Amino acid sequence: MRLTGWGFRYASRHAWAARAVDLRVQPGERVLLTGASGAGKSTLLHALAGLLGEEQGEQAGELAVAGRTASEARSGTAIVFQDPDAQLVMTRAGDDVAFGLENAGLPADRIWPAVDAALAAVGFPYGRDRATAALSGGQKQRLVLAGALAGRPGLLLLDEPTAQLDPDGAAIVRAAVDRAVADRATTLLVVDHDAGAWLPLVDRVVELLPGGGAVEHGPGWAPAPLRVPVRTSRAAGEVLLRAEAAGFTHRGGTAPALPPTDVAVPAGRTLAVTGPNGAGKSTLALLLAALRGPTTGRVTAGPSLTAGLPRPARPPHRWRADHLVRRIGTVFQHPEHQFLTGRVRAELALGPLRSGAGDDAAHRRADELMERLGLAALADANPFTLSGGQQRRLSVATALATAPSVLVLDEPTFGQDRDTWSELVTLLAEQQEAGRALVLVTHDAAVVSALADDVLRLGPAAQEVVTA
Amino acid sequence: MSSPLALGPVRPVPLSAINPVAQLGALGVVLPVLLVSGDLLTPLVLLAAEVCLLPAAGLGRPRALLARTWPLLLGAAGVAWVNVLFGDADAGGWSSAVALAVRVLALALPGVLLVASTDPVRLADALTLHWRVSTRFAYGALAALRLVPLLATEWQTIRQARRARGIEPGRNPVAHARLFAGTAFGLLVGAVRRGTRLATAMDARGFDSGVPRSNARGSRLRARDAAYLVGAVVVCLVAVLVSVRAGSWHPVLG
Repeated sequence: MRLTGWGFRYASRHAWAARAVDLRVQPGERVLLTGASGAGKSTLLHALAGLLGEEQGEQAGELAVAGRTASEARSGTAIVFQDPDAQLVMTRAGDDVAFGLENAGLPADRIWPAVDAALAAVGFPYGRDRATAALSGGQKQRLVLAGALAGRPGLLLLDEPTAQLDPDGAAIVRAAVDRAVADRATTLLVVDHDAGAWLPLVDRVVELLPGGGAVEHGPGWAPAPLRVPVRTSRAAGEVLLRAEAAGFTHRGGTAPALPPTDVAVPAGRTLAVTGPNGAGKSTLALLLAALRGPTTGRVTAGPSLTAGLPRPARPPHRWRADHLVRRIGTVFQHPEHQFLTGRVRAELALGPLRSGAGDDAAHRRADELMERLGLAALADANPFTLSGGQQRRLSVATALATAPSVLVLDEPTFGQDRDTWSELVTLLAEQQEAGRALVLVTHDAAVVSALADDVLRLGPAAQEVVTA
Repeated sequence: MSSPLALGPVRPVPLSAINPVAQLGALGVVLPVLLVSGDLLTPLVLLAAEVCLLPAAGLGRPRALLARTWPLLLGAAGVAWVNVLFGDADAGGWSSAVALAVRVLALALPGVLLVASTDPVRLADALTLHWRVSTRFAYGALAALRLVPLLATEWQTIRQARRARGIEPGRNPVAHARLFAGTAFGLLVGAVRRGTRLATAMDARGFDSGVPRSNARGSRLRARDAAYLVGAVVVCLVAVLVSVRAGSWHPVLG
């Protein structure tokens, strides 16, 4: 694989997504591609997979895979993306792995041995007939990988394959890749936000530079350590929210999504909710955020939170939305679910406007937040066109715009690069300083140690609150 | 889950042994007879034959049957009721309304049988191999179907996200309509984005790249498929003959 002065510009953009990249990779080599978000890592992988044609944009320099153009070499290339649900096609595991082989026109009697070999290569623990819908995220992505490997590609490209998985799922995928490329028959190129975890698996690390070009890092390279703000310990204030044996069972479901849980959220403290997938972390966040009512037990609010409500005795999930946003703010896992307007400035002014602030006051508040969070240059940009890190900052800012006393965040650092991670943790530490109560649902151990005062671990066995 | 919209692999039932194309063929035989017949007896005989097939489709128990067919039963009852209310009293009143409801049921039940006994993947295989339906269409639709159950969760999340932003309709019906439209739009945007990503992933796996596609599972037509089709023709003949003999046969057309 060889790139000389390669660059690419999408048809809809002015700026080059990647430029002046020189890179040579020998057959069987394993390369980790790093770089800040927006440096063109994904663009490079798409180009190598032959997915960027003349319709998509303009190419500069040369790009060759095994001596041919990327689109000519496509049958020997396989690529795995972030979201397993946007990659699985069939309803059964075996059928899905066979899908690519069928597309290549392989005769049926040669397909099934290749499917079994690919499933074994990634260590897929179930049979061919396993329903894909019943798999966990990590197992789904493992299956996607088997589908990519079934055609025995010479070049395997992984584009953020673990970004949407919890730590267990990510480990499953890395182990599967390790097994699959062990024989050195496949050249591997990986892009991942969690660079450190891939280091034992790769031979080389190449960093794409935001301004163009690429540098090779020597052996022993490690990603820069995370910047963590200095902690100050705070005394617990009045209890703002309290869950008393609060549980939730989906309509028609048998097992509860959240078993009865007791927890208190005092002012000025940060509660981290951790535990494996399916333990009910996000459900608890929805109950505490008053976006859903518990089916057993109850969630109550303290007097300083209910002050000013017309009917303070009502449970929080029955509060009117405009009363809610001034008391409890919520940040969802995927920022795009929350965006409702076409401009960053309007997005930030929306909350204050809905909760009764005047037009001037709302826009003053929006300008102030943009200034503080470094979004001022993007005031007129469409929220949906922002980068992942900018979207994350904006979604936190929209929740802060109405100055709530409690902030509930679901997986705020999921899939974020190191710079965004540090920005976000700093922003949340500022909220702690301002005396807000924070509830963080997270898998990220670094966030827990950086911010949490109390940790609630949900799990199949027991629930316990530990003071950090 | 046995909801009418369950899209996972279908558990094999005795009727699954019949190739989906043969089932569709049988549907093609029964359909015109039902559409032409204007009496009660013809659809009643056909309905009786269809009901006999229910156990073979794993719908023998009343509970399982009701879970699949309640929207259908409700629809048929609705059709009958509307006919009693607004139909021409001289043209038969109750009896014509009942005949219409039985026709609706007899028309829809083969569809229920097909869905209950046919795995979507097998259907796509059969359609592409025997009827030369385009693979691009059949497997593209299959991939899109996989995303449907995800939409329900997405809908809920968008509603919650809107409440978290201070948007709730309260008691105002106009605000309700606006929120519904807004949520639907958000859902659509999300579906298009995910669909685009899925299309890219399928593209990267060589889907519809000009190479003739092979099929790993295959789809065989056997003697029993022909027998099933012949059976459908015989049942239709019997139904029409019984009706003619009883003197109640009056076709809507001709």
